[in-house]
Amino acid sequence: MTDQNNTPVVIVGAGPAGIGAAAVLVAAGLRPILLDEGRAPGGQGYRKSDPALGLNLAYAQEPEYKAIHALFERLRDKIDYRPETLAWSVDAGSVFTAFRGSVASEGIPFGRLILATGATDKVAPVPGWTLPGVYSLGGAQVLLKDQGCAIGQDVVFYGSSPLLYLAAWQYLEAGALKVTVLDTTPFSAKMKASAAIASVPKLLRQGLGLIARLRMRGITMRHGVTDMAIHGDGRVEGISYSWKGRRETRACDGVAIGHGLRSEIQLAELAGCGLAYNALFDQWQPVVDADGRGGSGVYLAGDGTRIGGAVAAELAGRIAASACLADLGHAVDAAEVAELKRRRDAHWRAQDGLARAFAWPRKGFAELPDATVLCRCENVTAGQVRGIAKTMTGIPDINRVKALSRCGMGRCQSRMCGLAAIEVAAAARGEAPANLTHYRAQPPIKPVAIPTSSQEVA
Amino acid sequence: MMNRSQAQKQLQGKSVEAGGTLHRLCVRQSVPVTIYLDGSPIEARTGDSLLAAVMSAAARLRINEFDGSPRGGFCAMGACQDCWIWVEGRQRVRACTTLVEEGMRLSTTATVMGC
Ligand SMILES: Cc1cc2nc3c(=O)[nH]c(=O)nc-3n(C[C@H](O)[C@H](O)[C@H](O)COP(=O)(O)OP(=O)(O)OC[C@H]3O[C@@H](n4cnc5c(N)ncnc54)[C@H](O)[C@@H]3O)c2cc1C
Ligand code: FES
Repeated sequence: MTDQNNTPVVIVGAGPAGIGAAAVLVAAGLRPILLDEGRAPGGQGYRKSDPALGLNLAYAQEPEYKAIHALFERLRDKIDYRPETLAWSVDAGSVFTAFRGSVASEGIPFGRLILATGATDKVAPVPGWTLPGVYSLGGAQVLLKDQGCAIGQDVVFYGSSPLLYLAAWQYLEAGALKVTVLDTTPFSAKMKASAAIASVPKLLRQGLGLIARLRMRGITMRHGVTDMAIHGDGRVEGISYSWKGRRETRACDGVAIGHGLRSEIQLAELAGCGLAYNALFDQWQPVVDADGRGGSGVYLAGDGTRIGGAVAAELAGRIAASACLADLGHAVDAAEVAELKRRRDAHWRAQDGLARAFAWPRKGFAELPDATVLCRCENVTAGQVRGIAKTMTGIPDINRVKALSRCGMGRCQSRMCGLAAIEVAAAARGEAPANLTHYRAQPPIKPVAIPTSSQEVA
Repeated sequence: MMNRSQAQKQLQGKSVEAGGTLHRLCVRQSVPVTIYLDGSPIEARTGDSLLAAVMSAAARLRINEFDGSPRGGFCAMGACQDCWIWVEGRQRVRACTTLVEEGMRLSTTATVMGC
């Protein structure tokens, strides 16, 4: 048995949640290990653009963005920060890592573990989404911020997410030639949700301001788009979709797709945390108490546990680290933690509103053409998944659909297709999506190489 | 320092750029390097990811094993695994999280490598 009080606290994820957690631990005199897959700190949304690109995007002027990066710089010497380090499994009190894709020979024993693994894009596949020139919405942002590239010269931002509008604006700011926004949620749903979003007034103000600016620039924005398809011979050449009862077509050379975010939950599952279906965000997430405790010695914070945005993530990181400190026997200021929770909860309420304003196109899954590829890795179609789901007897577990169809069995471990496959299978059976349970995580949670043999395992 | 419109002009002159699906809005002020995709040279800069370097010059990064269709990556953040590409003399690498190195020789199809 390791001595939990003398073995370091390990944090996975250097986004706002992980940085917030590290700050609280450092203030209490601890020196946590902070593992992050990325080359630089900041996580997904607060990603720093390479100064050598000379890009000047407004998000980098936001006070919250500056504060997180400044906080990290103050912490850098006081923590054991390990960038480019993937945590690919958690087992028996150790985290197993890989540096630049190569497996480290030994695991890192932890006294306590804080998982701040964030989220990636939640995507509803459409016909043609495997064509070169189609990227996830987050991918379109990463290519811009990290690489100074637009995903085309005439880019359609399709899906439903506040980030659709933000990304479209960032593209315009950076000098992209043409952008169009196609949102699958009707405008009426946005009006209805605005009171909840106003739990954080700044969020509603920012959103409305963004839409007004896009409108002023003459950007086409459609709400309530259905039956989207991407066309092209070997690359994106155009799209078609239904809107207000008619079919529209449009030429374009890049498409970004995003329907919000999906939590990165694999490590939590491997660490023994329970998962529950969150019907508002249409996905399985770790079960935690109000302080982020997810199991014995395991704490969770940020988008990896509940989609809440960067500010909520940092607050949740601080709350989880405070719980960790309290459990280690440190004195914790209860009034301070209560205040952090009050602010976090307001952000959560606002995000719940956003989830209604930018909804997952549930109805669309039943209508997705049979030939549409769902699983990009194994090239499994919606029709194949339907066929298997319909004939399956007994408990309709998605892991059985996976075993029989290979959907979600590839190298991404269902990150891209999993939520959609559950919807397609559930619709084919007339079942509630939650009844199909979730794709089970398997180590390594991402492909890694064993250095001695250079053999890659996935 | 080259500003953005100068950079764009400079890039528009390069025929190889016309083939890519990615559109460079600015060029990194760092050391130029040359990499090779299926034998053809691609100009890049240190700090560029393989994904950005290849897809701003070509319309594919790899060929899907099952139906032979071209693929060009998707998430750009190491999640979808749709950007694995062969580096000659090495194992496969994930193009969106691997940076260019001078003289790197890439292959969009595994068969070229005898694998
Ligand atoms: C692509 C994308 C773009 C976004 N853009 C914006 C934006 O422009 N503006 C905005 O306000 N919000 C944006 N958001 C939302 C906002 O960024 C998030 O709400 C916020 O980043 C959540 O913080 P977090 O700390 O929970 O997670 P993240 O910031 O996602 O950080 C998680 C970190 O953990 C690392 N990680 C995950 N798993 C592992 C592992 N197994 N091993 C090692 N490291 C791991 C990741 O690499 C990442 O660095 C975006 C989100 C995404 C996904
Ligand atoms: S593009 Fe998704 S992993 Fe590289």
